[in-house]
Amino acid sequence: MSPAQARSLPGGSRRAASTGDPASRIAWPNKAGLLLVLILFAAYCLLPVWWLVVSATKNSAELFATSGFWFAHGFDLASNLRELFDFQSHIFERWILNTLGYAVIGSALATLFAAGAGYVFAKYRFTGRRFFFAVVLGGVLLPPNVLAIPLYLLFSQVHATNTYWSVFLPSLVSPFGVYLCRIYAEAGVPDELLEAARIDGAGEIYVFRSIALRLMRPALITVFLFQLVAIWNNVLLPLVMLNDQHLYPITLGLYSMYASASAIGAPPNATALVVTGVLVSVIPLIIAFIALQRYWRGGVAVGAIRG
Amino acid sequence: MVTKDQFAAAALPAAAARPHRPHRRRQKAGNSLTWRSAGLIVPFAVIFFLFLILPIGYAVYQSFLGQQSSGLGLGPSTTVFAGLSNYWSAITSPQFGAGIGRIAIFGLINIPLTIGLALLFALILDASAIPCRGLFRVIYFLPYAIPGVVGGILWAFLYQPQLSPYSDMLSALGAGQVNLLSTNMVIWSIANIVVWEFAGYNMLILTATLNAIPAEQYEAARIDGCGRVREAIRIKIPQLRPALVMTVLFAIIGTLQLFNEPLVLSLVTKSVTTTYTPNFMSYTEAFSNDDYYFAAAISVILAVITAALSFIFLTVVNRRAAR
Repeated sequence: MSPAQARSLPGGSRRAASTGDPASRIAWPNKAGLLLVLILFAAYCLLPVWWLVVSATKNSAELFATSGFWFAHGFDLASNLRELFDFQSHIFERWILNTLGYAVIGSALATLFAAGAGYVFAKYRFTGRRFFFAVVLGGVLLPPNVLAIPLYLLFSQVHATNTYWSVFLPSLVSPFGVYLCRIYAEAGVPDELLEAARIDGAGEIYVFRSIALRLMRPALITVFLFQLVAIWNNVLLPLVMLNDQHLYPITLGLYSMYASASAIGAPPNATALVVTGVLVSVIPLIIAFIALQRYWRGGVAVGAIRG
Repeated sequence: MVTKDQFAAAALPAAAARPHRPHRRRQKAGNSLTWRSAGLIVPFAVIFFLFLILPIGYAVYQSFLGQQSSGLGLGPSTTVFAGLSNYWSAITSPQFGAGIGRIAIFGLINIPLTIGLALLFALILDASAIPCRGLFRVIYFLPYAIPGVVGGILWAFLYQPQLSPYSDMLSALGAGQVNLLSTNMVIWSIANIVVWEFAGYNMLILTATLNAIPAEQYEAARIDGCGRVREAIRIKIPQLRPALVMTVLFAIIGTLQLFNEPLVLSLVTKSVTTTYTPNFMSYTEAFSNDDYYFAAAISVILAVITAALSFIFLTVVNRRAAR
């Protein structure tokens, strides 16, 4: 199964078979029951987000005094936003930029590296190939949170903690990306095509760049998304590596804001600021995810079917 | 499923149109690795070694060291080889044991709920008679877009007794005043955050696999007179097996590294201690107690448990499949 194929078959042949068939229709009482279940679960998924949207329009006093799922009399979203971006001389903007640097640039490079490695594992024979691939797969089993403290110990040995690189460089490793790229290159990049290019006198690097990378594009988008999520979800690594608030990604920044808002003697509007900050960080992610949803479905299928 | 031949059939006309030259370099398709093509794997190999193999190796090395203070603990302390003593203190530590126990309970709550809900909604939304299937899928997937720590902060607000609309709802339903952050409730509250974040994502993996089941299998089942539910059990679930194995495996790995949600909740409730999970304990040992060697030992134990459990799970699953 290839991602391209998964997406090009949204209805697919079997959908056509099942819709026209009267035996496949669901009797309406059952259907109403199913719809109710679906709506309840949708409410479960959406209520926290709704609470977030509503709460970002309140000041701290209203936050604690009014019902969580509906608006208060005052509408303070604009002043909350202004206060958030003025917080500690515009540090929130800095965090947004840092997050883009760590997550977007980091996952782009990680994807490129994984593509090269996956392609070599798929298309070349060399001694130790099986062994090295097994080692890479072992890396899939080591989650980022388990690696964070060993990484800290290593970086502090070379006095490189509290730098941009201490968070950026470890984010470039994506063993799962190598796995996906290998599977995809095996199925989706025909040997005949590579050979034809070689016969035409193209070099190995050129063949990879101009043919393999292009054919592997759907897999690359999936690897990119996986790594993006892995990087922005990993809060332990920046938490152990960074002291300087100016190097924080948004997640760690919000965590530190939340920690000081929960402490005794926090400034009065601290909680409202955290709520607004969470909303600001979440909205672009939700939009990006919905826009890219189809790539998730295609990509995960590659791993699932062979996995 | 794109087979190599199908793909080649689509791609070959362009290649075939070129003038055919005699093979100059190789007999068979370019298969052996040359120095130039090895360059494609070198960047990954280098970072994989530097930022995965090396830190693990260094942590293993550190886990065998210890601090020994000279005199009565007043003189400068020196680093000495400590053998297995860090491992021994970890294994015999009641906090570590309690942490392992908590993630075991957490896994027993979280994994069946996450995968069960994912399977249920993937199957319901696979039935073509349901309206707005795409909308439901997007809604269920949406929490996954929210990073773990941010989701943790969001739910921490929703759990705090002074703020919680859910406590209000529960008391309106006649459950009395429920503190969602109390010692007994908090493990369920953490599990709820994780289920909320991952159920829809796992559903999407299963959906992708369901979309790939060929139509003929359904037709055969229909001729046999299968009902909807029997169709799901007889055809869909066996086909979903590899995807279910993968989702359960990732859920196991995720359970063992549980850290973000307890970290956030520890700010607002004493029910979550700084040794709540093994990962949290390792963090606390390193950064509150400055015992890096002990922290390294905990990380290594955790890595070994993760690899061992994944291996056992895959072995058991594959043996069942072979039967």
